[in-house]
Order: sequence, then C-alpha cells, then structure tokens
Amino acid sequence: MAILEIRNIAKSFDGNQVLRDISFDVEQGQVVAVIGPSGSGKSTLLRCINQLEKADGGEMTVDGTKMFHTDEAKNKIVYASKQELRDIRMKIGLVFQNFNLFPHFNVLHNITEAPVHVLKKPKQEAENEARELLAKMGLEGKEKAYPCELSGGQQQRVSIARALALKPKILFFDEPTSALDPELTGEILKVIKELAKEKMTMVIVTHEMAFARDVANHVIFMDEGVIVEEGTPDEVFGNTHNERTKQFLSRFKQ
Amino acid sequence: MDLEAVKKVTGILLDYLPNTLKLFAVTLLFAIPAGMLVTMLKKCRFKPVAWLTNFYILVMRGTPLMLQIIAIYYAVPMLKANFANDGTTGLFASFINNIDTRSDSYMFTALCVAFVLNYAAYFAEIFRGGVDSIPRGQYEAASMLGMTKMQTFLRIILPQVTKRVIPATANEVITLVKDTSLANVIAYAEITMKAKQQMNTYSSIIPLFIAGLFYFVLNAIVTILFSVIEKKFNYYKT
Repeated sequence: MAILEIRNIAKSFDGNQVLRDISFDVEQGQVVAVIGPSGSGKSTLLRCINQLEKADGGEMTVDGTKMFHTDEAKNKIVYASKQELRDIRMKIGLVFQNFNLFPHFNVLHNITEAPVHVLKKPKQEAENEARELLAKMGLEGKEKAYPCELSGGQQQRVSIARALALKPKILFFDEPTSALDPELTGEILKVIKELAKEKMTMVIVTHEMAFARDVANHVIFMDEGVIVEEGTPDEVFGNTHNERTKQFLSRFKQ
Repeated sequence: MDLEAVKKVTGILLDYLPNTLKLFAVTLLFAIPAGMLVTMLKKCRFKPVAWLTNFYILVMRGTPLMLQIIAIYYAVPMLKANFANDGTTGLFASFINNIDTRSDSYMFTALCVAFVLNYAAYFAEIFRGGVDSIPRGQYEAASMLGMTKMQTFLRIILPQVTKRVIPATANEVITLVKDTSLANVIAYAEITMKAKQQMNTYSSIIPLFIAGLFYFVLNAIVTILFSVIEKKFNYYKT
C-alpha cells in the first residue's frame, strides 16, 4: 500500500484553477521529484498535502488515514477530524524554500522545540538526538549559533534537521535550494542524497534537473495545474515523447 | 529667585513627584496588557467586534487626551445629577450612583481610566504592527511542527513581536512621562500643577524650568532603561 495516495486533487484561488485532477502515489522509501515551470502548481500541491492550504476537491490518504475526500452527493470536500489531521501532520515534515527557522532560538533550540513541547520528550533526550542530527548534517559545533549567524546552506540544513527531529514518515521539500547559490545548493543536495540512501521517503519540488535525475526514482512533470508526464528519471529526462516535457527540458540542457 | 528659593521649589516638586510617578506607573501597568487585549479584539474574526474596536481606537487617538480627562472626570457627577433628575434606575445608573466622587481616590481613578483608555489604543496599534510584521512562514513552520495556536503565539510570535515593538514602545512611554502633566487640568497635584503655583508665588518662570528638568531626568532614565532592554534582545537579528 502506498504511504501517500493522492486522487483528483483540485484547487483554485479566486476562480483561477491552480490544480486540476492531480493523482499520484508515493511508495515507502521512494524519492519523488516534482518538476515544472513556475506557476505550474507544484508549490500549491505541496501546500495542499501539508495542510497549509485547503484543497477544493479530491481525496488524499496518508499512511492509511484518509485526510480528506469529496462527498460526491454534496460536491463538497470533507476533512478528517482535528485529531486525525494532527496525527497526519506529525507523520509529515516540510522543508521550506526560505527555511523559516525561528530567529530567536539558537540552532539546538530550533531542533528541540517541537520534540520537547509537542512530543513532550525529556529535554536531555531531545538535545542528544538533535546533536546527532546536527552531526549528520555536518553542523557540529553550531549548536549555540543563531540562524542569523549561519549561511543559507547551513540554515537550510538546520531546517532539515528540525523536520527530521520529529521522525516524519514522509519529508517534503519545497524548492529547498532556490534561495541558495550553486555552491550552497551542493551542500543541501548532498544531505538529501544521504537521506535517500537511508530510504527516507521524500517528495521534492525542485528546479535542479540534474539532481532530480540523479536522486529521484520517480519524476512528475507538472504544467498548468496538471501532471503532464510521470515516470522514472530515464523515461522523463532521457526518452520523453511528450512535446511539452521536451520543450521544458530543452532549456536545461547545456 | 535666589538659590534658597530654587532649593525650596525643588523640594516642593520632589514632594509631589510621587503623584506624577503614580499616574505614570499605573497607566503603564494597565495600558500595556489592555493594549494587547485591544489588539486581539481588533483581530477578532467576528467583524462587529473588530469594527467597534476600530471605532474606539479612532476616538482615543483622534481626540485630545486632555479633553478625555476632563470628560471622564466630570461625566460621573453630571450623570449622577441627570439620573437624580430623571429618576433613571437600572444597572448602569446604580453603578454610576455608587461611585463616590467626593472620595480622595476618585480623581486619581478617573485620571487612570482616561490615561489607560487612551494609551491602550496607542499600544494596541504598536502591537498590531508588530504582530503583522512577523512573516507568515513563522506560523507555517510552527504549524508543520505540530505546535498549537497558543504555543505558536506564546513561544514563536510573541518573543519576536516584543523585540520589534521596543523602539515604538519607548516612544510611547517617553510621551507618557510628559503627558502626566495634563492631569493638572483637573487640579491633580502633580509637578506641573505645583510648578505653576510656585511660578505665581515667586512671579518667576524658574519653577517651570525646574519641573522641565524633572521630566528631562525621568525620560533620560526611561531612555537608558529601554536601550538596556533593546540590547538584551540584540542576541539575534531577523
């Protein structure tokens, strides 16, 4: 059974249809890259999955729990109970494009805040786990630093550690390198690759085509709110027969 | 005025300084939490509450504090007289009738009500500006981490708002130090009132200078205090 099942999601803002009829599955341990031009609805899709926006229609199931479905008779979307939505949220992590670290907490506190105050873990245990995560992110010795004292790449790695501290079953990335220069982008991509090796289930919205091809085992190409094409990286990047995909990818070929 | 007179006037003003400080402290103590409450009311999703709050802020900021002091101070005795004439009864009438306008504390209470109502409106706008300046991403990050609305507000938003509103709050507190002088309009015995009396006694403007010096020193202290607080929040930048 897929860990994430998405069926016919639709979303519009002020009559402007941003997502139409989006369906796909994510299997345990899969790394899915979502690519496509700006304004194609990639970020909105991620925000709907992460409960930051409400979908207008469709159906979504996370790890066996139905998050929302559409009542056909009333043509209305029905969300799960507050408690269920909360439980689902705790299974999902999101890494933002612009990090959104808490500027008034130091690095360690950014990571332990949720484990201590949401999961009610003992502080010592949370801090030990946070230190392990920081080591994994190559950020030893930065525990006491404040986000403003870190480079963009370091901040993004802290925010990945913060998301991982809650042990999510799926980790989402919303253009994690778009605010970074190429050198810092490399740091982040390395970390994501490491996570992929550990079989972390990930859905990554990205403009890094080479990276998507390298790390993903499933690629979704979106345009104008629909999935134009999906498949293995080789199918999408190497052997597409879709004109729109070809046109989009041609800009990235050097 | 000779040096002796200056000393004497300074002594008198010092005697009445506590009255100025009392009004200042009580206003600050109540107006800041009241301002937070007004901010929340203004952000209330039930629109009539938000509209009413906006109207309150409009009146408080749109009319002189001195007028508000006079109005509140004289409103109670006048209402009492009206109620007695018309024979009005009811909850509000009995509340007003129960206020003893001849008691020692009446004047101070009326002043505090006027000052708190006025300053709460200003503080509310400062706090609202602070809350609105926090990026959406902070709320979204907190919600992705499973934090409740209350946790998000108390642990993530409020500390950041506090840092951002310090300079504007310092402005307001400095103004408050000086605004306490408006209480002399209803003959509250604070330092401006006393300085005016001494000015007449000595036919000299020097008592006013001395009073001015008092406010100046008080505000120097306020300024230093706020710069210390500001430094405390300098451990991070946004």
